[in-house]
Amino acid sequence: MSDTALHHPNPTGFAHQFEDLEQQHEAGRLGMWIFLATEILFFGGMFTSYTIYRALHLPSFIIGSHLLEVQFGATNTVVLICSSLTMALAIRAAQTGKSKSSIIFYLILTMFLGALFLGLKLRFEWYHDYVEHIVPGFGFQYRPEWGSAAPGVQMFMCFYFFMTGLHALHMIVGLGVLGVLVGMSARGRFTSQYYVPLEISGLYWHFVDIVWIFLFPLLYLIGGRYSIGGH
Amino acid sequence: MSTAIADVHEAPAESGVNYLNATYGVKSWLLTLDHKRIALLYLGTITLTFVVGGLAAVLMRLNLLEPQGALVEPDTYNKLFSIHGIIMVFFFLVPSIPATLGNFLIPLMIGARDVAFPKLNLMSWYVFVTGAACVMYAVMTGGVDTGWTFYTPYSSSYAHTQVIAAALGIFIAGFSSILTGLNFLVTIHKMRAPGMTWFRLPLFIWAMYATSLIFVLGTPVIAVTILLLGAERLLHVGIFDPAIGGDPLLFQHLFWFYSHPAVYIMILPGMGVISELITAFSRKKIFGYSFVAFSSLGIAIISFVVWGHHMFVTGQSLYAGLVFSVLSFVVAIPSAVKVFNWTATLYKGSISYEAPMLYALGFIGLFTMGGLTGLFLASLATDVHLNGTYFIVAHFHYIMVGGAVMAYLGGIHYWWPKITGRLYPDLWARFAALIIFIGFNLTFFPQFMLGYLGMPRRYGIYPAEFQVLNVMSSAGASILAVGYVIPLIYFYWSWNYGPPAGPNPWGATGLEWTTASPPPTENFEHIPIVTEDAYNYPTADVASE
Repeated sequence: MSDTALHHPNPTGFAHQFEDLEQQHEAGRLGMWIFLATEILFFGGMFTSYTIYRALHLPSFIIGSHLLEVQFGATNTVVLICSSLTMALAIRAAQTGKSKSSIIFYLILTMFLGALFLGLKLRFEWYHDYVEHIVPGFGFQYRPEWGSAAPGVQMFMCFYFFMTGLHALHMIVGLGVLGVLVGMSARGRFTSQYYVPLEISGLYWHFVDIVWIFLFPLLYLIGGRYSIGGH
Repeated sequence: MSTAIADVHEAPAESGVNYLNATYGVKSWLLTLDHKRIALLYLGTITLTFVVGGLAAVLMRLNLLEPQGALVEPDTYNKLFSIHGIIMVFFFLVPSIPATLGNFLIPLMIGARDVAFPKLNLMSWYVFVTGAACVMYAVMTGGVDTGWTFYTPYSSSYAHTQVIAAALGIFIAGFSSILTGLNFLVTIHKMRAPGMTWFRLPLFIWAMYATSLIFVLGTPVIAVTILLLGAERLLHVGIFDPAIGGDPLLFQHLFWFYSHPAVYIMILPGMGVISELITAFSRKKIFGYSFVAFSSLGIAIISFVVWGHHMFVTGQSLYAGLVFSVLSFVVAIPSAVKVFNWTATLYKGSISYEAPMLYALGFIGLFTMGGLTGLFLASLATDVHLNGTYFIVAHFHYIMVGGAVMAYLGGIHYWWPKITGRLYPDLWARFAALIIFIGFNLTFFPQFMLGYLGMPRRYGIYPAEFQVLNVMSSAGASILAVGYVIPLIYFYWSWNYGPPAGPNPWGATGLEWTTASPPPTENFEHIPIVTEDAYNYPTADVASE
């Protein structure tokens, strides 16, 4: 979130429209929470549609779910949870007045984990899906074993790519924000008194992680992973 | 008179330095972080979009002069009503009062130096202009013919027009709404002057707060819906596609989940303006402050659970229809509370009829008609007859034009002296208000009758027996157009030659009237300390003149 505090030239980060720094910090925090509320509604539209269609086409959704690479989804879940930890450690480092190099260390570690998530997803999931012809709009091919459930499988894959795609887009934005934070840390902008940009960017990062925590079971773990054909 | 010996150092407000002349040049405007200048940037932009949307309406009304269509081919007519709807809803009505008057007044009314995030505020204007540019591109490269509702599967599979560009424009402009709403919410929560408690806030602020809630919670849903629509159109497969088990009704549900609350984005700010005008020109405290304040929140909340009344005849379950019908009646209650409280405020007030008050009174009458006809449409049985007819067109124009645009114009007239520091000729302004009221009713009242008789909306041709009413409507539209042009002329004159207004030409209460006109860049020399309630006008018997 590019709130005023992020780019203000004043080294203390204080903006003229506020009466004091405390008021500014509270405004920044509230602004981010409201932004996250809009994000919930944004993803909410997708989750609602998913829920309706899952109820309508459950057999298809189970087949679709079993097409996904659950081991990479699970690995990525661990990667993202770790990145939330390192993000929290970066904020903690600023709060407790640690040196700027330790803040930067944790931020770069967070960026690395975020990039790892995207790399695994792109190379071992999306690319694989493309080769397998299960990407809607890009040469999607029905398979005979799906039978009458086949159209719904494509519907599931629409949701899969749209939801994970939007999530990945949020990750990329988050990586950009982390990059800005690294730059600010390098210029010594954060102290134990002033770390609001770190804190609110952390909120955003955790939010993006939580979205994944919902996406993973909803997309990868439908219908019992090891009971294919049992329905 | 007394300004001759004003000391520049002791009284900067009197020195003539204000937000308009503090700096000069195009750059000082395009890079400004001042909420007042950003408000004027929006004012200019939405005046342009209003003209474009208005021209489309003029062409439609000209075409409907004759049963076989006097002017354009049916395909062109489809594009005209689509462009009229898209521009007027997303690029005029939604931003109208919030982005102009809201931006200008919120910090002034709560005693702050600016909004909480000035850079975000400027960014939202650029985002808005980018969105508008996308839609203008769509208009100039063949237009769009889906109507403003973009229903699938027509918009996703069958339309051969610039659907993607128009939808992208709306998607982008949505972010402007979200950023503005976020900024306002934080500003109202965190930037109030000492002593400005929640229940001392002007009711305009309560209305803007409720509007911002809808901005923030409704707009993301239309954003993701439009994204899904765009993806489906590009890739020829998507979640609304019946070929893979998709349901086009889902699109309508998602669309109206935003677009019904958006109706209240358009009318709530107007209601806030009316509360200010009614108190100022009847010189009375508002009747039932907290009822009016909470009715704004009530409308905002209930507005999220009534969307299904747009879908009574689409095949939605009858039981869902019943619930949506009841809830739609419920949302009328807080709206009626406002109308009753405004009326009660007028009672025994010392009323004067300056131009802004004429707009306010016009609003109350026209909004009431629009609201009551809305109840016809919220009833399941009557809706089956009236759905898709001109009755609906008339109904929402009574709310959107008779309500929102009247309030917008009333607000612009009321705060114009504050915005520019100059007065306008009140006689001309009253004349224009009267012309608009007459033109409006002549345009849209016949449409109630046309709709009741069964004339469907969105057709460029009609049976010959409807011609008299259609000619009346077109005649009214031309009067309405004249009424909209007159203020442009005298506002232009006032901006350049109008006599100085002074800080408080109406003798109104409210912090915005305690600072200079136009206000200095920092709004107040010292942040005011608030000690009294809003609308603390002397009681009628004391203020006898």
